[in-house]
Amino acid sequence: MSNKEITGAEILLECLKKEKIDTLFCYPGGVVLKIFDVLYEQKDIRVILPRHEQGGVHMADGYARSTGKVGVALVTSGPGATNVVTALTTAYMDSIPLVVFTGQVPTALIGNDAFQEADIVGITRPCTKYNILVKDVKDLAQLIKEAFYIASTGRPGPVLVDLPRDVVTNKAEFHYPDKVEIRSYNPTVYGNKWQIKQAAEAIAKAKKPVAYIGGGVILSNAASEVLEFAEITKIPVTHTLMGIGGFPGTHPLSLGMLGMHGTYYANMSIHNSDLIVAIGARFDDRVTGKVEGFAPEAKIIHIDVDPTSIRKNVRVDIPIVGDVKHVLVELNKELHHIKEPWEAIRKSWYKQIDAWREEHPLTYEYVDDVIKPQFVVQKLYEITHGDAIVVTDVGQHQMWAAQYYKFDKPRNWCTSGGLGTMGYGFPAAIGAKVAHPDREVFSISGDGSIQMNIQELATSVENNIPVKVVILNNRYLGMVRQWQELFYSERYSSVDLGSTPDFVKLAEAYGAVGLRAVKPTEVEPVLKEALKAKKTVFMDFVTARYEKVFPMVPAGASIHEMIFGDGKKKEEKKLKVVK
Amino acid sequence: MKHIISVQVENKFGVLSRVSGLFSGRGFNIETISVGPTLDPTISMMTIVTTGDDRILEQILKQLNKLIDVIKVTDLAEKEFVEREMCLIKVNAPAEHRAEALRIADIFRARVVDSSQKSYTFQVTGDEKKIAAMLELLRPIGIKEIVRTGKVAITRE
Repeated sequence: MSNKEITGAEILLECLKKEKIDTLFCYPGGVVLKIFDVLYEQKDIRVILPRHEQGGVHMADGYARSTGKVGVALVTSGPGATNVVTALTTAYMDSIPLVVFTGQVPTALIGNDAFQEADIVGITRPCTKYNILVKDVKDLAQLIKEAFYIASTGRPGPVLVDLPRDVVTNKAEFHYPDKVEIRSYNPTVYGNKWQIKQAAEAIAKAKKPVAYIGGGVILSNAASEVLEFAEITKIPVTHTLMGIGGFPGTHPLSLGMLGMHGTYYANMSIHNSDLIVAIGARFDDRVTGKVEGFAPEAKIIHIDVDPTSIRKNVRVDIPIVGDVKHVLVELNKELHHIKEPWEAIRKSWYKQIDAWREEHPLTYEYVDDVIKPQFVVQKLYEITHGDAIVVTDVGQHQMWAAQYYKFDKPRNWCTSGGLGTMGYGFPAAIGAKVAHPDREVFSISGDGSIQMNIQELATSVENNIPVKVVILNNRYLGMVRQWQELFYSERYSSVDLGSTPDFVKLAEAYGAVGLRAVKPTEVEPVLKEALKAKKTVFMDFVTARYEKVFPMVPAGASIHEMIFGDGKKKEEKKLKVVK
Repeated sequence: MKHIISVQVENKFGVLSRVSGLFSGRGFNIETISVGPTLDPTISMMTIVTTGDDRILEQILKQLNKLIDVIKVTDLAEKEFVEREMCLIKVNAPAEHRAEALRIADIFRARVVDSSQKSYTFQVTGDEKKIAAMLELLRPIGIKEIVRTGKVAITRE
């Protein structure tokens, strides 16, 4: 006998419950009214209304990065759908599992240029891991199951499910499959045993090895395996922007971040190494610098779940395709059998690295008349004991946050690494806070980035999601300005944000708390007050305008060819402190 | 270097667009592509002719494999295979050239599929070299138009 038939909207809700989704970020509109009608009565899922669809999907992204679960959002057709393209691409570039539902005009009208119609499946094909137009309500449950499966397995990523209005209103029996098999999709999980053995032998022999870890370590929940790996082999570890927290930043073996704004000692270690163990990282151009000059003497072991990442940018000697966690478990087993005196054969290597550490430590010049942005990040680290969830936007503040806040645990750091999306931080922080109501969530932003999704202040205040926003306000698009200063003869084109709004008043206008610090002595009190507040806080730190991010690998250079701060103190004197 | 790649895909709408989008989005080159159903109606077979060095080809194969709707990717360069292409050729055939045109067609075992007072249309099937040779011989007579299917290929038993 047949079960009771229910509408597509009800099927969607039941599927979300089966997937144990507790939060839905969604913005209504014409063709999804039926779904919102169903959401109106239910109590199982927290529904959060952002003020812009892009913000909503960034929230789902922050939720996903900070928890490891799939983030879910729902928007309407046409403009609702096109508004999520940037947020989907952000998630796609960083391999973040999302399922985003878009409304669509009724199937009979598709292709007719109907009101609020957009071919969102066509538009998002290159910026999603997969996308599906559901044509029949009978397929809905199966396709939603597949969407969650594809989003969260293998190399994770966003999946878009397009729901025409009639699919949502028509009825079908609800049956949610327990498991799903897709004949054309079988990600490799376990690494090749022989390759793993080869890797272990290479590691045992290496005199100048470095481990280079990326976002794959976070995605695969492999931080403890990486720690074990490093401690068995006594191998120094550098991380990418996405790999932050994959290895404790305060560990003696940590070299900090590598790449364009990495530490000198991380880049020098990579450049001079005889073995690089790349774990869940993809040799992005911001990491390698000039590829031809990258690590000329190094043998490369590359562990990645995505075969396309291997040998895409650099030659690889020992490729291992598989889930980072599983591969490391096996590799660590192999390494336990090897009784090499690791420390003894690498003594001169450690000495060399220490010399590099001393030669150019990560540093900036403290002054007492104006706030240095790095100082704010350092103070934030001290006050939160390194235990906050830190979410950033994109630009100079992002690099300072990466350099000066030390992360000992994974999933405490959310940033748009691959796409570099300004406007990501604040909504993503809201998403992270929704998932972690009992933890401190700080969004570090610049005065440029924060204005790209500032409307989400209303979301955070209305839903009582108290995010603490640090604005490093130099009244410039600082990173672009830095490039113009260094490489475009100081021709500052379209970077002066002189008429930046009064962020304190702006926060208050939305019902949030606004605080400001102008002098270095005010930094700590402001941060402490924000920590105490039970509401969303905007902290406006009026910082040194001309501060630059150093060290730096100029575009086109090899990663060992870094430039350092030249202490342009004269410029600082010119600065008139406003407000 | 030229490669022929066989790609087994799910027979769903949008799959061709995913495959062609992959090539255009990553700057890979498609020389010809042909698609058709297989014995299993849920599976289509694509034959793609592409060029690139070893590194690019490795990426093409991996990226194709990564597409969710792709079931199997085979680089035929690693196998024994038969390739064929069909070409329709419309040639000028005024009275003085008619016999010559037919003679050339005969050499290549091409068939006349249309004829008019002033033209013939031939259908020829073969590998790339054969079609190129026929076109070469017909050129002095005057080729008006050609349409090609793109290659299809199958492995030898």
